Amino acid sequence: MTKSELIELIAVKQQHLVYRDVELAVKTILEHMSEALSSGERIEIRGFGSFSLHHRPPRIGRNPKTGEPVALPGKHVPHFKPGKQLRHRVNGD
Amino acid sequence: MALTKADMAERLFEEVGLNKREAKELVECFFEEIRASLEEGTPVKLSGFGNFDLRDKSERPGRNPKTGEEIPISARRVVTFRPGQKLKSRVEAYAGSSEQ
Repeated sequence: MTKSELIELIAVKQQHLVYRDVELAVKTILEHMSEALSSGERIEIRGFGSFSLHHRPPRIGRNPKTGEPVALPGKHVPHFKPGKQLRHRVNGD
Repeated sequence: MALTKADMAERLFEEVGLNKREAKELVECFFEEIRASLEEGTPVKLSGFGNFDLRDKSERPGRNPKTGEEIPISARRVVTFRPGQKLKSRVEAYAGSSEQ
């Protein structure tokens, strides 16, 4: 399912809203979530899951072309932990 | 301090102009449709944010960490999230020491 299919599905269920508002709302939610994570804030949605940042320590990488070592700085990566309801529904239990 | 559904609904009220009830329902519907898609086995791809994929895991040996007793972990289907390039670059720039 893509973002536009998700917007369609929500628009069908929220008949009282115009399509354009549903589209804007979905984009606003995703932007809000991205903003939170990029400022180091967690996201917690009961029954769905939580998003947080995991830290990757600095390491020495290599330029794959020349084999030369390159120092790579530490960074943060987004992490998702599915909630109980999502875990159970996906697993059919 | 974590982002919650209530915060998202508040922003939809302020920025999209939905009323409070509509905003709350929309946020609920957003997460429910994603769950429903994953439940029926369809991955969800949200460009600019990331993909929710499904993986089938086969049975593997496990252990009760309290008693040390060996118990098999049954075969199961799990959800994984792969952040998109755009989200990854935005988060990478975060310099704080958030071991949350």
